[in-house]
Amino acid sequence: MIIGLAHYLAVASVLFTLGILGIFLNRKNAIVILMCVELMLLAVNINLVAFSVFQGNVVGQVFAMLVLTVAAAEAAIGLAILVVYFRNRGTIEVEDINAMKG
Amino acid sequence: MLLQALAFYVFAAITVASGAMVVVSRNPVYSVLFLILAFFNAAALFVLIGAEFIAMILVIVYVGAVAVLFLFVVMMLDINLTELREGFLKYFPVGALIGVVLFAEMLLGLGIVGAGSTTIAGLNSHGAQVLAIDNTRAIGRVLYTQYFYLFQVAGVVLLVAMIGAIVLTLRTRPGVRRQKIGDQINRTKEQAMTVVKVPTRGGV
Repeated sequence: MIIGLAHYLAVASVLFTLGILGIFLNRKNAIVILMCVELMLLAVNINLVAFSVFQGNVVGQVFAMLVLTVAAAEAAIGLAILVVYFRNRGTIEVEDINAMKG
Repeated sequence: MLLQALAFYVFAAITVASGAMVVVSRNPVYSVLFLILAFFNAAALFVLIGAEFIAMILVIVYVGAVAVLFLFVVMMLDINLTELREGFLKYFPVGALIGVVLFAEMLLGLGIVGAGSTTIAGLNSHGAQVLAIDNTRAIGRVLYTQYFYLFQVAGVVLLVAMIGAIVLTLRTRPGVRRQKIGDQINRTKEQAMTVVKVPTRGGV
């Protein structure tokens, strides 16, 4: 039983689908949506690292590191926006975020 | 090889299960903890495949920093837990539909990869030469030479995120009295004292 590229891609695809599902299911808590975005980025990272290792090219791991950097920055900014929003409105329910009528 | 396969399945199962628990968990604090578990097991998967550096970065960045950030915000915001999960069933059909379609598409793509239409599986000779040195050294050799500007840009992204988060959350409350050291030092004798000529027997 050799673990190949397809196994890692399968795990990544399941994780990515879970992230999408979480974004659609959570209409109340914006923090969980941010966590689901993190899950999706983790799936992307698994894909990048798996391709990188199985192709023998280390550049994919460099790119995965950049994705990690952007994910950390996104989490910090997103949580800061949530804190400011909670301060203004007193709630972080996604359905209540309609100030811009988008 | 059997042990490696067993470890892969265990770590992958825990990763997927905790990813699902992030989505369906009732309490956001539990969601954060399951997110940590998912990232930890993903790091184990990376170690299994031979990408130790990314695995350790994942543990440091996520378990060390991002998870604590999430926990801090979840606990700081006073959220009513009972009404958080009300719309769950209402949005389940459309969410499940999109999830199923997306997953089917990805399985389709995976099947195409497995059918061998693209030759990506397996190591080529160049890759074997790269992987002869250890993972961290290989990344460093590429990262600090060929992708040096990209590395710097990553630092700038983090700096912008840090300044942005500070600017967003900083607020100046009205009515709070603070010590202003600059004002204190800049006070001159003319501002601070007045000489009053007191008449005799008159008082001030």
